[in-house]
Amino acid sequence: MGKTLSEKILSEKSGIDARAQDVVIAPVDLAFVQDTTGPLTIRQFQEISHSGLSNPQRTAIFLDHAIPSPNRQLSNDHQFLRRFAKETGCFIFEGGNGICHQLVAELFANPGDIILGADSHTVTAGALGAFATGMGSSDIAVALALGKTWFRVPESFKVTVSGKFQKGVCTKDLILHLVGTLGADGATYKALEFGGETVADMTVSQRLTIANMAVEVGAKVGLFASDNVTKKYLAAQGRGNKYKALSPDIDADYEQVIAINAAELEPLVAMPHAVDNVAPARTLAGVRIDQVFIGTCTNGRLEDLATAAAILKNKRSHPDVRLIIAPASRRVLTAAIRAGHIQSLISAGGTLLPPGCAACLGLHQGVLGDNEVCLSTANRNFKGRMGNPEASIYLASPATAAASAITGEITDPRKVI
Amino acid sequence: MPDVILKGKAFKFGDNVSTDLIIPGRYAHLRSNLPQLAKHVMEDADPTFVEKVKPGDFIIAGKNFGLGSSREHAPLLIKMAGVSAILAKSVARIFFRNAVNQGLPVLICDTDQIDAGDEMEVNLANGVVADLTKGIQLSFSKIPQVMLDILSEGGLIPYISKYGDFKL
Repeated sequence: MGKTLSEKILSEKSGIDARAQDVVIAPVDLAFVQDTTGPLTIRQFQEISHSGLSNPQRTAIFLDHAIPSPNRQLSNDHQFLRRFAKETGCFIFEGGNGICHQLVAELFANPGDIILGADSHTVTAGALGAFATGMGSSDIAVALALGKTWFRVPESFKVTVSGKFQKGVCTKDLILHLVGTLGADGATYKALEFGGETVADMTVSQRLTIANMAVEVGAKVGLFASDNVTKKYLAAQGRGNKYKALSPDIDADYEQVIAINAAELEPLVAMPHAVDNVAPARTLAGVRIDQVFIGTCTNGRLEDLATAAAILKNKRSHPDVRLIIAPASRRVLTAAIRAGHIQSLISAGGTLLPPGCAACLGLHQGVLGDNEVCLSTANRNFKGRMGNPEASIYLASPATAAASAITGEITDPRKVI
Repeated sequence: MPDVILKGKAFKFGDNVSTDLIIPGRYAHLRSNLPQLAKHVMEDADPTFVEKVKPGDFIIAGKNFGLGSSREHAPLLIKMAGVSAILAKSVARIFFRNAVNQGLPVLICDTDQIDAGDEMEVNLANGVVADLTKGIQLSFSKIPQVMLDILSEGGLIPYISKYGDFKL
């Protein structure tokens, strides 16, 4: 029997013939924390560490969730993380550089790597063929100290995508469809593997959106085989030498095979308060919105901003809608400025926030009022997520978000493009 | 090492209790001040939880408990509140690992028959959950060996402090 991507990566890294359900110990290529999980992780690390970081060059701290800091407590947490980075020589990315998952894609992740982050959306790097998964602070603390962790090798679901997306439909709609179909616990502990002719045509940016939301069905990883698209992306980031061919065996064993025809998909929305509560955007016409948030590790990349800018160019957002934009990284922001997207979005009434997590997790920069409704391009709409349990969050693609910003209600983007 | 016999009252929750309900992101500024943060545990799911919960009590949940964020503060604060174990139909992956790493047992069993306020007794050694109020017994799924080992040391940090490495 052949091997899935997970079995291949974990076999190579652990040095044993790893099969689903085995427990293996594997070395970690990168372990990282962000500013809201980092302080606890570092304190736990300090409890167990006798000889410092296993490898500072494989350790990174990202200040992205609360930047610039909204209060003294988080400022003090930032100081603590900066001091730790200075003392140990690990990487630290100051606020304004971008969201950890975007920076991991731009700077670190390679096919076949094992990446651990103290953040559930670490799965994002699966787009580049990295076995990347979120863990809590204890596990990351141990990975920082020992340079390794234990894994239960996951069973895998194969998701095969064929067909061409209709205009106005994108990979966000694809992953919302999958989350709606499988349910929020439909792939708990499993690996998702994405393949098929449509995947071969997807950009890395589009793959990152899909991999990012693998955790929303409970999955441990959302993996893509490496290919020419991966190769070109890595070369463009200055690490073409890190490319390696990685694909599952054709006789690999999958617990489930799910076929999706992209041509049959339409713009979708996840309704409050669950990511798997999915409905077509067209059925939600008339749902008034107070805030539109375009950004996050799910949909804050250049292509996402380009899509939104194309819809909002020479238009105005609805007077009752606050449109907020947060690029996923400084690199994205710079490219979006150069391409004129930021000009289009700002002229349409948008407020530009620094590259980072911004309004996504309810700390600052767009906390919702009582009974307010936000349409967001993020990955989670749990009750209270954006800082107020009395508010409601809908999730959609950048195209749906931009179209809805114009009309002030949830709008199928095919109506405006 | 957690006690083998756990005793307490049931606090019942539904399906899909997210980490945002357990400890919302809006309190991220308190994450380096655990006693303050602990005042808000389960606040958005049951605002009276913190006042009512007593040492030994149980969280009884439906499916997919703890979905969402990797914040280990979620099980950490539940444990700080005195909860001796979580009983759920299923639990999200990261939360499961985090709870075990905090030395907090998570037991998978059919929780439908358990009601809020029921007096419960859990025997970790023989895998039996007794609802003393109802006079019924339930069994819970076996915990993987690696997790039992971590749990029996009181969590991953004490485990690594003791052994210095994984002993699988």
